[in-house]
Amino acid sequence: MLERGYHDLGGRPAGEIDRHGHEYAEWERRVDALAVLLWGLKGGPRVITVDEHRKNIEALPPEDYDKLAYYEKWIVSLTQCLLQRGVVTTGELARKMLEVQSRG
Amino acid sequence: MSDTGTYRPLSYFQLMEVTLRELLVEKGLVTEEEIAAEVEAMRNRGYERGSRVVARAWVDPEYKKRLLADGTKACEELGLEIPGLRLLVVENTPEVHNAIVCTLCSCYPRMLLGIPPDWYKSRNYRSRMVREPRAVLAEFGLHVSENVTIRVHDSTADMRYMVLPMRPAGADGWSEERLASIVSRDSMIGVAVPKGPND
Repeated sequence: MLERGYHDLGGRPAGEIDRHGHEYAEWERRVDALAVLLWGLKGGPRVITVDEHRKNIEALPPEDYDKLAYYEKWIVSLTQCLLQRGVVTTGELARKMLEVQSRG
Repeated sequence: MSDTGTYRPLSYFQLMEVTLRELLVEKGLVTEEEIAAEVEAMRNRGYERGSRVVARAWVDPEYKKRLLADGTKACEELGLEIPGLRLLVVENTPEVHNAIVCTLCSCYPRMLLGIPPDWYKSRNYRSRMVREPRAVLAEFGLHVSENVTIRVHDSTADMRYMVLPMRPAGADGWSEERLASIVSRDSMIGVAVPKGPND
């Protein structure tokens, strides 16, 4: 039998709902925008699908699923989707990340 | 693009965002202008589109019929595009109160209500809403009578729900615009009801 995924929360015991929201940071908004564009919802090519994105979030290890903030999960998943599609490579990511960091 | 405020080193995830964005721009898959435009569009997209749809349904019974039959098409009538998704509008009545959730992730009628509030995406809401909705709604300050059935709709990536709340008493003769002004985001999620002049 298929084991129930960690993300499958319906009906599990849980506590009081914190109704305080937070104002989204600009980088969080950009992650959202990037996703919408990559899904091809704004007229451009569909580089990845919503389903791949969801699958990669669901595939996060439980400790990350709990620890990561919403858009932190999204950026991890989008990166994963693009690696799986071969749109970017780990080498390119590493190079670019060093370049960004070196700007200080 | 720079965030305002005092300088702080980028978090690992912010660094990932800059990295991925710049790589995709280099590859010509997206442009900085497209991203900036989408961020702006998102900032300006609140729940008012949803309120407009509800107000139209309140004043036009024929529109309401079409909205309940095919939410996607009825929104298109008002110039609201819902690309690739099935929108199901569920109607509150004196007997049934509806509410929406996404137990698996965070699916939400974004094209009508904007980006979902943090609590909608929270573990506690997603876990409990399907098991003890009456208690959850009470936490939101909404006490649903025991004689009213509560129906909770679990959204998926391809199928989104929106609640059509009941028009409050005492709002007869109000213009569509005035009616739209009392339709809150939470009333279209189903964790609140619109307040009329008598409430």
